[in-house]
Amino acid sequence: MKHSTLGLSIVGAALLLSACGEEAAAPVGIEPKLYTDSLFAVMNADRANYTKLIVQRLGPNGAGVIKPDEHWKELENGALLPAQMFRAGAEAVAEKTDEFSYSLQSLWPVNKQNAPRTEMEKEGLQYIVDNPGENFYGTEALGDVSYFTAVYPDVAVSPACVNCHNEHKDTPKTDFKIGDVMGGVVIRVPL
Amino acid sequence: MFGNKFIWLIWGLVTVALGGYYVYQFEGAEDKSALLIGDTSHGHFQIEMACSSCHTDPFGGPEILQNACLNCHQDELKAADDSHPKSKFTDPRNADRVKILDARYCITCHTEHDKDNTLDMGLTIPEDYCFHCHQEIFEERPSHEGMGFETCATSGCHNYHDNRALYEDFLIEHGTKPAMLPTQKLPDLVSDKEDNQLTVTEADAPIEHQNATAMSEWHESAHAQKGVQCSDCHQPQHSDSWIEKPGIAECSTCHTDEAAGFTQGKHGMRLSSTLDTPLNPVTPALVSSNGTALAFNPETMDQTHGCNTCHGAHTFNTQSAAVNACLSCHNDDHSQAYNSSPHAALWEKEIAGTAEPGTGVSCATCHMPREVHDDFGNITVIVQHNQNANLRPNEKMIRSVCMNCHGLGFSIDALADDSLINSNFHGQPANHIPSIDMAIERAER
Repeated sequence: MKHSTLGLSIVGAALLLSACGEEAAAPVGIEPKLYTDSLFAVMNADRANYTKLIVQRLGPNGAGVIKPDEHWKELENGALLPAQMFRAGAEAVAEKTDEFSYSLQSLWPVNKQNAPRTEMEKEGLQYIVDNPGENFYGTEALGDVSYFTAVYPDVAVSPACVNCHNEHKDTPKTDFKIGDVMGGVVIRVPL
Repeated sequence: MFGNKFIWLIWGLVTVALGGYYVYQFEGAEDKSALLIGDTSHGHFQIEMACSSCHTDPFGGPEILQNACLNCHQDELKAADDSHPKSKFTDPRNADRVKILDARYCITCHTEHDKDNTLDMGLTIPEDYCFHCHQEIFEERPSHEGMGFETCATSGCHNYHDNRALYEDFLIEHGTKPAMLPTQKLPDLVSDKEDNQLTVTEADAPIEHQNATAMSEWHESAHAQKGVQCSDCHQPQHSDSWIEKPGIAECSTCHTDEAAGFTQGKHGMRLSSTLDTPLNPVTPALVSSNGTALAFNPETMDQTHGCNTCHGAHTFNTQSAAVNACLSCHNDDHSQAYNSSPHAALWEKEIAGTAEPGTGVSCATCHMPREVHDDFGNITVIVQHNQNANLRPNEKMIRSVCMNCHGLGFSIDALADDSLINSNFHGQPANHIPSIDMAIERAER
């Protein structure tokens, strides 16, 4: 697991100190692991809050005033499923910055385009399934760029997650249980 | 020695002349066609002389052109719920795919100034492009075995951008509806302006600008019915000067959505306020000069195209604009066959008052459809004046038009039948597109 520093300013500061004849300072700043852990904490909190405070509270199991559905745009008062809300965030971020990217993937994806593609994605998704509660970190080269890649477990937290995936006509796995790792959040930071 | 000097002199003069010529072309010439690097596609040739509308900066990478594409097309892509947005391809996990087909940029598939190699939909790459990312489809969908990748987007089954009427669950939900729906009716057009009928004597045009015909036509129009005065069009914003022939600038002050749509389509793109170079309105002759497959009436080849061309100054008769105006220029098989079509028969009943409003089918019904917009509960219905918006690929017409009256299966089959389109829908679709059957079969398995 290689942890590299982020930010040209940090490198620049180190070079400056070195050029001044002083002893090079230890790299300071946010380590990639802490950076991606922090991003994941925000993503996970937002996702849990959307699931509990919006979908469960206002959906069919609550007040019944919204209709969470895969094809939410087709419905009056339709609302995004939690996984779709997560992807919508990833797409909106992708339109604003290339400083980091993230995606929701699975070894058992409903949409096959969300299966792992890179070797690190495959390794990482398998790792979090084999080691419940642990994250996976690594570096990989994609195109001409090196990335710090972190994979975090996406755990089934409600019956709605499990039932929807188990019953979906495109699912390759039909025996998910609450608490299972259903997939993973892959966060990448260019180095 | 003299020979060498002479050659250098000639070289110098030729260089200066050529340099001067191109500097003049860049900076001074109105006609910049000498700078074109190749024939422009039918989509853009009308505005090819407004070079810097797309080439906004001589320096910079593909982002410059990408922004130019999005300036005009991004709203349309968002409305279409684009199946392949750029954000799918900026994810580093797709870096290997991007190396093969850089789908982050429109021009990868829609290269301009390459008309000879431009296919339908403005495509300039081989039609089997789906292969690059969907090789595994035969494992996922054994039903697709044996189908060529060049047929994905040409068979009435899939589109790259707009699949609103073609996605699997939609096919399942609507696929069993009959060819003719029990209710066949368009959304009602509702004006947000109260009636306030004006009389001829109330018209506020200066006496020197009044004539009996114009006054009578105005009095019978929706404008007078809604209290729209002469000055509202001829002296907008209380101007002292009289505009003899108001145009899109004046119309758009009230008909904002319609004008915006009009200037996005081929009828009005040359009048768009976003162009850096003012262009004359389009004429059938201009369109014909680019080798269009469309046929036009020889008598109206020089007809310029603005709001009043179809709507008619003072009368503003939308019924006439919906059919007669179209057929005054368009003379292709599909247009010629309209008057004897089943759709025209319904239209005749509507304008005769023997059928309900919204049950007839005019040219505009399909090519300038009524769009229902829901803005946080505020429902509005506008007439989309960009006649290209749902034209290609024609599956875009299914939800916005066909499904007001027809079932999904019939609509898909009909729009995939070129002969049926040419005959203006005389008869039944000759072939059946199996996409709905495949979707239902898979769902039932």
